[in-house]
Amino acid sequence: MALTVVSQIFPREMIPAVLPLIEDKLQHSKEIIRRKAVQALYKFYLIAPNQVQHIHDKFRKALCDRDPGVMAASLHIYLQMIKEDSSGYKDLTESFVTILKQVVGGKLPIDFNYHSVPAPWLQIQLLRILGLLGKDDPRTSELMYDVLDESLRRADINHNITYAILFECVQTIYTIHPKSELLEKAAKCIGKFVLSPKINLKYLGLKALTYVIQQDPNLALQHQMTIIECLDHPDSIIKRETLELLYRITNGQNVIVIVQKMLGYLKESKEEYAIINLVGKIAELAEKYAPDNEWFIQTMNAVFSVGGDVVHPEIPNNFLRLLAEGFDDGKEDNQLRMYAVRSYLALLEEGALYPQKFLQVMSWVLGEYSSLVTDVDPEVILKKLHSLLKKTFVTSETKAWIMAAVTKIASRTSCSKTVDKLLQEFSNSLDTCMRQHAFELKHLCEDKALMKNLLPFDASCNDMVVDASLSFLDGFVAEGLGRGAAPYKPHHQRQEEKLSQEKALNFEPYGLSFASSMSASGVTGRQSPTGLSFGSDTSGNSAETGHKETNSLKLEGVRKLWGKEGYLPKKENKVGKENEPQTVSCGSLLAGQVGDPPTLWSDQAASLPEEDKEKQQLASTLFVGLGSNAGVSLMGKMDTTTQKFKRKSKLNEAQNSEDVSDFQNSAALDFGPLLDTVPVNVEDYEGNIHTRLREASLCSSGIVEDNLGFETPQSLKTSGLDDRLSDSRPSQSSLFADSNIEIFQPSPSAQCESASKTQLVPSLPDELEELTHSEVVELCQSDALALYSCKVWTDDSLLLTVFLSNKTTSALSAVNLVFEEAEHFQILESPTYQFPVIEAQSVEHCQKCVCMDKICTQGVLSGFINYQSEMETHLEFSITLSLVDFIRPMEMTTEDFGKLWLSLSNDVKQNVKMSSSQDSLSAALNTLQQKLKLHIVDIIGNEGILACQLLPSVPCLLHCRTHSGMLALWFRSPCAALPDGLLYQCQKVMEES
Amino acid sequence: MIKFFLMVNKQGQTRLSRYYEHVEINKRTVLEAEVIKNCLSRSKDQCSFIEYKDFKLVYRQYAALFIVVGINETENEMAVYELIHNFVEVLDKYFSRVSELDVSFSVSEMHL
Repeated sequence: MALTVVSQIFPREMIPAVLPLIEDKLQHSKEIIRRKAVQALYKFYLIAPNQVQHIHDKFRKALCDRDPGVMAASLHIYLQMIKEDSSGYKDLTESFVTILKQVVGGKLPIDFNYHSVPAPWLQIQLLRILGLLGKDDPRTSELMYDVLDESLRRADINHNITYAILFECVQTIYTIHPKSELLEKAAKCIGKFVLSPKINLKYLGLKALTYVIQQDPNLALQHQMTIIECLDHPDSIIKRETLELLYRITNGQNVIVIVQKMLGYLKESKEEYAIINLVGKIAELAEKYAPDNEWFIQTMNAVFSVGGDVVHPEIPNNFLRLLAEGFDDGKEDNQLRMYAVRSYLALLEEGALYPQKFLQVMSWVLGEYSSLVTDVDPEVILKKLHSLLKKTFVTSETKAWIMAAVTKIASRTSCSKTVDKLLQEFSNSLDTCMRQHAFELKHLCEDKALMKNLLPFDASCNDMVVDASLSFLDGFVAEGLGRGAAPYKPHHQRQEEKLSQEKALNFEPYGLSFASSMSASGVTGRQSPTGLSFGSDTSGNSAETGHKETNSLKLEGVRKLWGKEGYLPKKENKVGKENEPQTVSCGSLLAGQVGDPPTLWSDQAASLPEEDKEKQQLASTLFVGLGSNAGVSLMGKMDTTTQKFKRKSKLNEAQNSEDVSDFQNSAALDFGPLLDTVPVNVEDYEGNIHTRLREASLCSSGIVEDNLGFETPQSLKTSGLDDRLSDSRPSQSSLFADSNIEIFQPSPSAQCESASKTQLVPSLPDELEELTHSEVVELCQSDALALYSCKVWTDDSLLLTVFLSNKTTSALSAVNLVFEEAEHFQILESPTYQFPVIEAQSVEHCQKCVCMDKICTQGVLSGFINYQSEMETHLEFSITLSLVDFIRPMEMTTEDFGKLWLSLSNDVKQNVKMSSSQDSLSAALNTLQQKLKLHIVDIIGNEGILACQLLPSVPCLLHCRTHSGMLALWFRSPCAALPDGLLYQCQKVMEES
Repeated sequence: MIKFFLMVNKQGQTRLSRYYEHVEINKRTVLEAEVIKNCLSRSKDQCSFIEYKDFKLVYRQYAALFIVVGINETENEMAVYELIHNFVEVLDKYFSRVSELDVSFSVSEMHL
């Protein structure tokens, strides 16, 4: 009973206290108690995997227990562990197979039978484990063919539970390395399911089919008719499952029919979750396989009107991007756009209620491309938009979109009545945002020449978009530079100011809570509420807020000046005007896209006067990066930025142009008469752009990077770069720790490509050779390539260097290195890397900076290599990373330690036996220092204190005390999982020595 | 993974609920209400698995009593379906012919 309670309500902090007791219970003579003990351990494993790591061998014993109940309980633990990492348990495959054989053979006591099927759930569990173990592993798979065959044969009694087993069997068979006979049998099984009159079985069959179809699309052909019957099935669940299946087999030929079916279902369905899901799928299919323009536009229209406002924001964004970017063929583009414009006009004519998102898309397209349709009078369009504006159901965000469209159209027409009417109406509008728009438009109408200048893109945007060289941006930046880069400062600084304000808001309360918690814990005196890393930050920030104040003051001044010079009609400086909005939009783009992380850095790392300089440099780097890709040696930091932008540029170019045109409106707004009210709109747009950006950064890894010239001589700059990064990163990452501010993760690691083409055995480049590093380990080999890796422990990161050596006598080209997404780790920058060419008999290498996302004691980072020799070759590899790789010593004084200790909340205590070789405390601590890279802060008597940090900067403090051959370890850290992980490492180290 | 286990009668009153994942109390009632609505709206000849939000419901009806189990993607629906039956068989043995009254009046036994 107590064990049941333990497993159900125990909090993780109390686990160490009862763990030994439960371990004892594993040897208890009664089966039920042993079983409960195993179950309790399973619960513990789920809560805190690290704490039960040392008793793995006991699980093995439980697996071989006499009592099947105990064995069954231990299977849960194994299923979980194997799910996380299957490679470590391959040796157990045989025992699992034996167990399954026994179970299937009916060797278990009769109590375990359920409707004369022996222990069905146990079988299912085992099959699942086998499936995980045998995945992509022919050798282990071979072991299980027999038993799978056996269970397929045995499970032919007509009962629900046997169907469940069969289903699991089928799934396992298709997961493991395929064997044709078994596949045949499994396919037969599925056929039986699908054809069954029982509805539940049908469902199960469809589900299995969906799963199987990814491996073997031919099977679907056999069941074509059944699938089609299922489509018209009265039960919507079956229908949905069928659609899921169809989604998997969609291709260019059948897309029209499938999407039609999906839309039909979509119209009937009411549940929000289902709609979101389905809409996403339709949009994806439509984009991927669209046979022609008309169909595509119509499908998207249907999606938007049915999906309404619940659709994922990515969908309209993607759609617009597709419209703007176009395909390779310019003519087709225009057709597509014209068709879109026409269809929207028709839709607006009907005057039905449309979801906001759809209206936004419509107005954007109309604004942008209505000029393409020559036979429609712009006046008509304007009227329609106007009537839309007057409707009450339209939200202000949508109104802003519509207004932008109106402005764009108005710029191409002579003064129209509708525009005038519209102006009159909205100049007195209660909505400040609308009023601003109206004023804005009015000013523009008064000055036609300016308007033409200001909105030159509308007409030419199309060309711009297709233009791959990004040359139009160069112009802006050059102009900006010519003017001392001053024009975009306001925007830039405002963002900075916003950030700093946010920071102040975020950190101050933290400081306070520290203070209170400290006084609560009984510390007297007026220590400033600073823990070490947090602390330096807090204080740094409170100091900085002062600076920021002045900063914002300055900003005030600048803005006013701007208003006069730029917009008040008295000073008619047309060139200036033309420049301003553009540069501003450009500047804000900078701020939004590339400028973001650097801004952050600069406002923390650099002093204020330096900022301006840096911005200029930033601009010039951008310019360089965009323009020619020439490897101009600038400062290291700038270099990263350039690279980042380069990578994104392909995607961004399209977005830029969109955004620029959007921004024109909003930026111009800024200088309107109502300067002091912060335009809601601008923020809307900003948010918008940010989402797009994030999207962009996500996509960018997928985009082929070939034409982006990676071979700029950058290797030399790494060291400089590291220096710079080291001072900016800690502060930044502790920002993350408190993450209330959204920051785009900058990519601080640089990829350097110094080619060491002289020998085949890889060695580290000189600048890395000096740092501590591990041995070069071979990861995998093929006939043509060998892959080696080496970990380099720099002070602030873990650099993973991967070497590729070409063993053949001919050069290999287009070698792709891809890291798969891992649960615990994150590769900074993109997880892919492409070697354009690897010369014969030579070694190339690349470096990736890895950081630990989720704390674990050990994890595997896997990936693969693609290359083209005679045929496409795919080579997989995996690298084991341990927590120790991410631990660095943390220097501090005893006093600091004391302060920090009190401010940390998560603690873990454990006693470890000391071996005879390290009987003294200092000897033991030295072992820890050497093996785990901990920093010994102080040793007093039989107590010692150590400190370390998990990269980037999570501190962990350790207090040790010896008594009678035991070492009492006491960890504290702001992160809950870190002490557990470290404790495990300590135990291991102490046992080893 | 089984997320929760519910026993509900036809009037929508919950007789037994057991959650294996933390769900806030007030959210539980909302969830239960929706789940039951979903189950009650289905006829006998329809499939006893329902997709609901990001997980699946497997239900089985015994006279006036519904037993609903919420599971995630990785679980085998049919196995759970039979598990429900097994559970009911156990109850049947324990109470010797189990009925809704048994379930509602001996909550402590049910939680064993």
